Formats: sequence, C-alpha cells, structure tokens
Amino acid sequence: MNLTLLNVIVAVVIAIAFAALNAAYLVWAERRGAARIQRRPGPNINGPFGLLQPPLDGIKLMAKQLTTPGGADKVLFIAAPVLAMFPAIMSFVTIPFSDTIVAKNMNVGVLMIFAFASMGSMSLVFAGWSSRNKYSMMSSVRAVSQAVAYEIPMLITTITVVMIAGSTDLMEIVNQQSPSILHWNIFPLLGNSHNLLMPLSFLIFFTCTLAETNRAPFDLGEAESELVAGFHTEYGSMGFGLFFMGEYANIVIGSCMTTILFLGGWSCPFGLFPGVWWFIIKLYILIATFIWIRWTFPRTTIYGLLNLSWKILIPLSLFNLLFTAGLIKVF
Amino acid sequence: MNAPVETNAPIEIQPDETFILNVGPQHPATHGVLRVKMEMNGEYIVDAETVIGYIHRMHEKMGEIKTYPQFLMNLSRMDYLGALGYSHGHVLVVEKASAIEVPERAEYIRAIMVELNRIASHLFWFGAFVMDLGGFSPLMYALQDREHILDMLEAVTGSRLTYCYFRFGGVYNDIDDDFISAARKFIPRMRKSLKKYHKLVTGNIIFRKRLEGVAPLSKEICRKYGASSAVARGSGINFDVRKNEPYSVYPEFDFDIPVYHECDSMARYMVRMDEIEQSLRIVEQGLAKLPDGPVMPKKKPKIIKPPAGDYYQAVETARGSFGVRLVSDGDKIPYRLKLRSPTYSNMHLFDEACKGMMIMDALAFMGSLDLVIPEIDR
Repeated sequence: MNLTLLNVIVAVVIAIAFAALNAAYLVWAERRGAARIQRRPGPNINGPFGLLQPPLDGIKLMAKQLTTPGGADKVLFIAAPVLAMFPAIMSFVTIPFSDTIVAKNMNVGVLMIFAFASMGSMSLVFAGWSSRNKYSMMSSVRAVSQAVAYEIPMLITTITVVMIAGSTDLMEIVNQQSPSILHWNIFPLLGNSHNLLMPLSFLIFFTCTLAETNRAPFDLGEAESELVAGFHTEYGSMGFGLFFMGEYANIVIGSCMTTILFLGGWSCPFGLFPGVWWFIIKLYILIATFIWIRWTFPRTTIYGLLNLSWKILIPLSLFNLLFTAGLIKVF
Repeated sequence: MNAPVETNAPIEIQPDETFILNVGPQHPATHGVLRVKMEMNGEYIVDAETVIGYIHRMHEKMGEIKTYPQFLMNLSRMDYLGALGYSHGHVLVVEKASAIEVPERAEYIRAIMVELNRIASHLFWFGAFVMDLGGFSPLMYALQDREHILDMLEAVTGSRLTYCYFRFGGVYNDIDDDFISAARKFIPRMRKSLKKYHKLVTGNIIFRKRLEGVAPLSKEICRKYGASSAVARGSGINFDVRKNEPYSVYPEFDFDIPVYHECDSMARYMVRMDEIEQSLRIVEQGLAKLPDGPVMPKKKPKIIKPPAGDYYQAVETARGSFGVRLVSDGDKIPYRLKLRSPTYSNMHLFDEACKGMMIMDALAFMGSLDLVIPEIDR
C-alpha cells in the first residue's frame, strides 16, 4: 500500500473517528448490557433502541460549566482529562485492523502502544493530585500502584508473544498467526513454539487489561462506594466526559491488543474470507466480555489486587516466558 | 493469594502523617446522612468517630405531645425499610398498658405482616450490601423480589413503605384471599431466589475474600454496645427477642434462630440470608394456622388512657431488638415514650471495631451492620 501523506492523514482521521465513536457508543452498549443483565430496559427513549443517547449526553456534558475546585492546580486539572483521551487515540493510529486498514504501521507498534498506555495512568495521577480532594488523592495513589503492578505481567506476556513472532510489528505478529486457528497464540499447537501454556498467558493478559483499564472488578481507582468517584470526583462537564470516553477508548485498545496478540487479528478461524470483519467480531466479543464481567463481579480489595499481580501473575508470566524461550530453542 | 486478614493488627502510626477524612454526611457508602470522621494513615483507619443527628426529627418528643393514636404513624417513619416491626412494638406496649385484648386472627396477621416486611428489609439490605462491595446487579434482583412483598402489603395496608396498619387492639384491615394466595405463591418463589442468590453472590470468590475473616466482632464488644440482630448473632450470641422474650403469637411458630460463630462480615451476611428462610417458615405456618374471627376487639376503650405506670415491650425487628418504654401518668398523652432503636447500638460499635482496618474493609463492615440512618436519629 502506497502511504502518501494524504493517505496517512485520512487514515489518522478515520482512526480518531473510530476511537471517539467507539468510546461514545460503548457507553450506550454498556448501559444496555448492564440493563439486560439486571432485567431492566436501560436507555431506550432517545432514538431507536436509545441510540441517540450518547450524542445527547455529549451535548448535555458540553453545555455544563467546567468548574475548577478552589486551590486546585489548574493546569494539571485541565490537562488530566485530555491526557486520558489522547494516548488512547494515538494508539489507534498504529493498530492494524486488517492487512490494508492501518493508519501508520510501525515496526515497533507493540512498544508504542505500551508507551502510550503507561501515559494513560499518568492522567489518573494528575487528576487525583490536582483535584485537592482527599478521595481523589487516595484514588490516584491506588491507581499508581495498580498501574505498576499490572503493567509488568502484561509486558512480560507480550514479550512472550513477541518472542514467538520474532517481531514487534503488529502486522507481522498477526501474519504469523494467520495460517489456521491452531496457529493463534491463544493455543499455538502448530505455531513455531508449540507452547501449550499460552492459554494461561492469554488469561494473564486479559486480566491485566481489565486492571489496566480500571474496569470492575479492578476499578479501585473509582471505587464509588469508598472513594465517592475516585480521581474524577471533582470533574464535571466534558472533563468528566473525557475521562469516561478515555476509559472506553482504553477498553477498545486493550481488546484490540488481545485480538492481535492472541486471537489472530483479522484471520478467520476456518480460513474463510479473512478480513476486517473478523477483527471486529473478535473485538466486540471481548468488549462484551468486559461488560459482562463488570456487572457480575463485586470489586476486589486493593491488597487482593496487588497480591494477585505480584504473587501470582508475575511469577506465572515469568515462568511462561522462560518456558517459551526454551521451546523456541528446542524446535 | 492469601490476603492479609490481619485487620486490627497494630500498624505503625506516625501522628504527623495522618489526615482526617470526612465520610459523609453525603457519601455513597453511608446510605443516608451519617457522617464518619475518620483519622486515616494512608488507607488505614487510625481512629473513627460517627457523627449522627443530621435527620433528627424528635420522634420521642412527638410521642410526648401526641395522643396514642396520633403517634401511631410516627413509628413507621423511623425505619423506612422494616416499618411494621416498629409499629408492632408500639401497639404491643400500649395494649399491655391499657389491657386491650387482641383477637387471635389479628395477632397472626401481625406476625405474617411483620415477617414479610422483615424479608423485604433483608432483601434490600442484601442488594445494598453487595452494592457496597461494588457489585451492582444483585440489587436489581433483590428489589424485584421485594416488589412482590410490597405489592402484597400495599393491597392490604394501603401503603408501600411507611405503613400505618396496626391499631391498638388489632389491625386496620383484614387480609383477603388474594393476599393469602399471593403469599402462598411468594414463598416457593422466594426460596428459589434465595438459592439463586447463594449461587450468584455467596459463592463468588471475590465476595468471599472480601468478607471472610474481615471485621471480626467479639462477643464482648457486642455486649458492651448492646448490639442485637445479625450483628450479635453473627458473633455467636444466640439472642432473638422472638425466642428469648416471646411476644404475640411467636411461641406457636416453629422456627430457628440462625447463629454463626465466625464473628466476621460473612457470618453477619449468612445470618441475614438464613433469617429470610426462617421468616418464610413463619409466614408459611402463619398462613396455615390462620384462625377465623374479627381483626379488632369488640370491646375497646374509645380514648386510650393507660393507667399510670411504667411499661416496656421489646420486639425483634429486621434490624434487631427494638424496645418501647412507655411511662404513663394516666393521661391520654404519654408522659414519656422512650424508643430504644437497635441500629443506634449496632452503629456505635463501628467506632471501636474499625480501628486498624483499611477503608474498603471498614465500609464493607459498615454495610454488614445494616444501618438505616433515620432509625438512628429518630
């Protein structure tokens, strides 16, 4: 594909639009999904199936006054919500949706996405620190320890996949998995590693995605029954809206990464019609799982969360990394 | 994954590094206008002080300036979730004081109603408690089951939440066949739901980890603060007014008092869940044994004027043992009406028990106490 400047700009705009649209409509999907689980109708008044709810919510949020609490650090206070949304959108630029649909493929795509994902947790720290609210402060302290604890197993698991693929290029990682369903990294029976412990890695990666995106049952940053609303307690208007959309954009990123790293990206399980639709199907199945988990489980405790990472996930992912390295050497 | 359950373990406190956290009066975990002033060391609670009185409505004073029938409706405004139990205590003490005979059918109807109300209250608590722990969905399921009870009660009593159904000497309205068949249908339905809740919530690993071994309450602390209901029964104290100081027709029912000896939040949760089952048994037996007859006595004084004296009656409400002390000077308004509300006692042990806990455990513990703030403040 010929990457002219115009092509890149169009692709970037499409990526941003995709991110924003997803973020807005996942809020709707989440509310409908929650309603379905809880046996109530959910938003169904505005438009067919309540589909006009997200734009109307957006208008409402934008019409509100953006207030800054007295004594807050204004620059950081305004910067934090922007910082929540911006890395997520940036990450979309490098994510390949199919072998042709990608805004800008990079041979260090994995690294770039992780770099931006780490920036996302900075927004929570800034928000909590600058709000001048004790609940927000406690929440941001939790967010930091959570981010540190869960980025490590996530990265180790990713390194395992990168080792199997022999590349940090997301395109290349998918191409390695495309021959058949048994080449997918979730259960690579026919890949070049034959690692049967990869389902475990998949689970670790998925759990870390849940934790990284601050989703239930790991939503300790915004534990509403303890910390009111956590880091965004003091935010109203579109500041809150950006945090909200950033969360959903991060979910999409996390699910995209899971799809690419473990579920074979756009390759079809039966070898039929490979293309972007398979990517989309896998992506939304993962997102639906996110929503399902959130409305089914209660929240963990902060020590339970940290113990899970440091005592279970990190040792397991390290073991699998070494195991994979050994297998690659053998085969 | 052994979570450190060493709550109440001594932690290193640096006095200059603590801060005061005001939980409430408007806070999602306090379910009302309760304020807890917490001195925090990071996420650990060093010291806590519950501040009450934000919705004090002077019910006791109203008791002293209103005639007995006028004060009837006040009782159901105390605890909006288990209102009938409180009215029951009041009518019982006034009947005891002025020696009013209650027809047997009325007694049975009262017991059935109070038990249904207790189930409704426990269901709401169950939902709210799981919501405190971050699981939102069970609340919706619990409310749906509760709705059946409220519909039944509404058909008979005329209101859904703040009933004024009991009268001195009986009840305001006889129950009809519709109510009886609805209640009979409700019992197996509720048993099925209970099984579902146990599958959905009780067995959940995160739920168990958050409750088991957390917030231990010793028998001593329960006795010291006069705790009752599931708070005491979860700590191994077998005390239930319905068994220990029987009133109304409760001696004629066959039911158990669930007692757990684990002393933790899980024990308190299990006591309440088992109590739903026991209340269902009482309703079942009440419906089977329900005698015919009037629901109000034939002979009843027109103006209620208990002879001078000091009367006390305790009842077991959904939240614990509720006592009414009535001091009469022979007038048509009482000299003094003291209301001993169970949540008031249950709440005050929070200050002492939550020291050294992390805030999330402490708020889960507070949820397990089943606080209804209007009932504390009266």
